[in-house]
Amino acid sequence: MTPTQPPDGERKVTRDEVPGVEPFNQALKRHGLQLQRAHTHTLQVNVGLLCDLACRHCHLEAGPGRPEVMRRETMDEVIAFASRCRFQLIDITGGAPELVPHFGYLIEQLAPLTPKLILRSNLTALAAQERSNLLEICRAHRVAIVASFPSTHAGQTDAQRGKGVGERSVAMLRKLNALGWGLAGSSLELNLVANPTGAFLPAAQGETEARFKRDAERKWGIVFNRLFTFANAPLGRFRTWLETSGNYEGYMLKLSRSFNPCTVEGLMCRNLVSISWDGILHNCDFNIAAGLPFGGSPVHVSALNARPEAGTAIATGDHCYACTAGSGFT
Amino acid sequence: MDTYYDPKDLSRFAEIGKEAPELAKKFFDYYGAVFAEGELTEREKALIALAVAHTVQCPYCIDAYTRACLEKGSNVAEMTEALHVVTAIRGGASLVHGMQMRKIAEKLSM
Repeated sequence: MTPTQPPDGERKVTRDEVPGVEPFNQALKRHGLQLQRAHTHTLQVNVGLLCDLACRHCHLEAGPGRPEVMRRETMDEVIAFASRCRFQLIDITGGAPELVPHFGYLIEQLAPLTPKLILRSNLTALAAQERSNLLEICRAHRVAIVASFPSTHAGQTDAQRGKGVGERSVAMLRKLNALGWGLAGSSLELNLVANPTGAFLPAAQGETEARFKRDAERKWGIVFNRLFTFANAPLGRFRTWLETSGNYEGYMLKLSRSFNPCTVEGLMCRNLVSISWDGILHNCDFNIAAGLPFGGSPVHVSALNARPEAGTAIATGDHCYACTAGSGFT
Repeated sequence: MDTYYDPKDLSRFAEIGKEAPELAKKFFDYYGAVFAEGELTEREKALIALAVAHTVQCPYCIDAYTRACLEKGSNVAEMTEALHVVTAIRGGASLVHGMQMRKIAEKLSM
């Protein structure tokens, strides 16, 4: 089947109103915009919510106690889908994908099906794989690593990700450099992602990348290719933190007042389809957390014989303000 | 009015232009231009503003530039160091006036 979606792309979802925050769909309409799928060139695979960390900004509430991981059978269905449709980019995320059984198998099977395979890593789970051959598999298949690294200040990293994570992250980045990731002239790409360590928007990407490169080399001799700065989505554990810390209303106001209509055309959800650990199709990873499956009702990857059509509407909620604030999430 | 300072007043700052709109426009245009990226980055300017906010002890400015520093990518360690620069200059400014004390005392003393 080819997945389709109701024409207006809207679903009845519970919305907690914050005074002064316009519903996201209304903000789109007010600017004469529709959020519709363009050509789908990226497959994102969320292999599960199991993680060695329980980061305070995690929109999926991933953690050590989560049993949700992708089964081998579902992996095979994802591999078959990627073989049928062929994506320019396959992006594997979690949780901590490294902890999922048969993850090396998934890498080996997906890598030949795409020009570029990305592993989103929290670094600490990758460090724990030293005695497995996962790093060798990733190296052999030229897997690009996109690592969470919110700050060059260990205290800020620890505040978001847990005590000692800053130091352990630095040690793993050094090891990745030693193996060739992130080095000039190497085909092993190493990119960092910095989410804000609190209820504020991310810094400008270009300036922050330059500063992180300068600081990482000066402090630890670490090099990397690119840095991406993304706003935290007000979902899951981050939303709980916003609420308990008294920051939820202020953060939602900040996001909505920073709505930039120019970001809509370049949003990642227009070119990406996201498969959750149980094989269900979504428009993006945030919609997995929000419980918004593609088309409004669950469609399993095994039922797909084509990528989603261009022009189909994208399910939205107020969390979408996180991707349209300022420079946006592209 | 329960208190002289109300955090909500910060977002009403533009109302200051009601009685003198031309002067307010000049001020806010100048203010915006000052904080735009130039030879200094916006992040560096926000750190300077945070330091000055503590010097003039303006709670509105401390609120605004704490947020601005975080959003421009500064961390709390950098922001704390900026406050120590303020403290060093304020303390140094007092202490260096000791030279006046010393010169006057020397003149008066045997």
